[in-house]
Amino acid sequence: MSTSSLNRSGFGSPVPLLAVLASGLVGIALALVFFVAPEDADQGLSQKIFYFHVPIALTAYACFGWGAFKALLLLWRKEERYDLESYVAVHQGTIFGALTLATGSIWAKASWGHWWLWSENQLVLFLVLFLFYSAYFMLRFSIEEGPRRANISAVYALFGIALVPVSFLAIRLAENVIHPTVFTREGPQMTGTMFFTFCVAWVAISALAYALYRLELLGKRLDSNLRELREALSS
Amino acid sequence: MISARALEKRYGRKRALRPLDLDVASGSFLVVTGANGSGKTTLLRLLAGLAAPSRGTLEVAVDRGRLGYLGHEALVYRELTALENLDLYGRLYRVPERRERIGMLLERFGLWEARGERASALSRGMLQRLALCRALLHDPDLLVLDEPFTALDVQGAALLDHQLAELRGTRTVVVSTHEPERVQRLASARLALT
Amino acid sequence: MTFLADVATLARKDLRLELRARDTLPAMLLFVVSTLVVFRFALPEGADDVAAQGLLWVALVFTALLGLARAWAPEREGGALEGLVLAPTDRSAIWLGKSAAVFIFLCALDAVALPAFALFFAPVNLSTVAGVLLANLGICAIGTLLAAMAAASRTRELILPLLFLPLAIPLVVGGVGAGVSAEPARFLAFLGLYDGVFAILCWASFEYVVSE
Repeated sequence: MSTSSLNRSGFGSPVPLLAVLASGLVGIALALVFFVAPEDADQGLSQKIFYFHVPIALTAYACFGWGAFKALLLLWRKEERYDLESYVAVHQGTIFGALTLATGSIWAKASWGHWWLWSENQLVLFLVLFLFYSAYFMLRFSIEEGPRRANISAVYALFGIALVPVSFLAIRLAENVIHPTVFTREGPQMTGTMFFTFCVAWVAISALAYALYRLELLGKRLDSNLRELREALSS
Repeated sequence: MISARALEKRYGRKRALRPLDLDVASGSFLVVTGANGSGKTTLLRLLAGLAAPSRGTLEVAVDRGRLGYLGHEALVYRELTALENLDLYGRLYRVPERRERIGMLLERFGLWEARGERASALSRGMLQRLALCRALLHDPDLLVLDEPFTALDVQGAALLDHQLAELRGTRTVVVSTHEPERVQRLASARLALT
Repeated sequence: MTFLADVATLARKDLRLELRARDTLPAMLLFVVSTLVVFRFALPEGADDVAAQGLLWVALVFTALLGLARAWAPEREGGALEGLVLAPTDRSAIWLGKSAAVFIFLCALDAVALPAFALFFAPVNLSTVAGVLLANLGICAIGTLLAAMAAASRTRELILPLLFLPLAIPLVVGGVGAGVSAEPARFLAFLGLYDGVFAILCWASFEYVVSE
């Protein structure tokens, strides 16, 4: 039983601090986005979505990467805790991935008038990843708890990370031949203020993701500790 | 040959084997007894390397090629014949003089006539005998047998008795059983799981 | 060297089992032909050959899934997988042996599917054939591993397609591209890259899929 997390719950656990910090950063980011960053001449208010969409996407990648890293540690070191850490990271990644799809879709609608664009490589990539990681959960919940489940989940998480560059390449190839690009997009020319706002938003979203990650991890560990206690008391 | 300290196995929340210390010297004949659910099968699977310990340490001084295991399932291909199954395992275990050894074992366990039958066509008792052949095929240094007398008829049980008596002393044997009286005279060590 | 010998032993075993039972491969052959016929009716009149190419790949992927669902059935039925895991064989040899057998089945499938497609829809060019062969490598590599994962799951038959399809998307892109594009080499190279990356990953990780 890992007593360390028990001791840390509420007393010196970084989670409350992280939550406050993350909320604060998100608040600052929101303020910057809506009050400080200049409005785009062409797209107007809808362009503001960009400040959230891209950081959310980047954070989702980071979560999947973190999950794969923990998965690797699990297979290498064979310590149980990595399984939970990998799972929570993938879970957060999936949530942020879903948000990426949602914000991306809103942005597409606001910018081009369509809810979905096959020419938007990032969006398509996230769709594929979302499908992949949704299957992760179906797989995980259909196997009994134990080392088998942990190992299989870990291997699958590693496959996911390998899928990212491979899918990206595939989509790039496809857009030229199978789905020729209809809309051309000029990359946003970012002024200094815009760039600063973007960075703040990125840090804020990353902090939020990390806070949520630690929060979920803590919650699950408390759950399992509670169960162990119950078992120990009843036997 | 086998050394375990605080060996424990859990599957998620279920505890399959309580913490256990164990020492088995080379050449011993260990009989493991216990009620259903006490962890006999789990322990034997751990010894065979089919499962990894959740906690504690386990050291088994033989590598996979020198270990023979008999579980609850025969671990054979149902649509291959007895002979083909043993030939397959013989190749994987790199058994020298494979054909002779297979023939010898099939005869010893009374399976020679049935060697061309598919495993799916064998009776439960014959299948158990085939599984025994598979476990013994590569002349292992450590034999781990989980309730080997299951499904064996009188003749089969006698053959197994004879085989175990032959192995006693020259090989290390771990046998789990519901009926300890059967192997009582052979046992050099006993372990009762609760 | 014993690694390759084990792979050969195991692949031979699978071929022998299929030749004896003759259940999976004939079903796959019938399935792909039926699917192509269904597609023929599903495609509206005047649809071009390029669209049909896409359907070829859909047929191939789903037929492969059908076969993969039964890939580990012999091991499951008699508990033989544990027997293989017990043996001193490298665990990746178990994966490679099974993949090799699946690859042969897929090639047998293509030998029927491609002529059928040419008959029902449009002629098949060389780069499509090359694409199919390269894609087969990817399918058998990841399919075999994913099927082993699915075997550990409660919802065996349901979960395999869910695991397989997202990973198959790049293969379909590569395959269709090789068939319709003016520069098939890029797509074939991409398929080769996919095969390389995932074969290495499967080879390294199969051990963990079957161990406890």
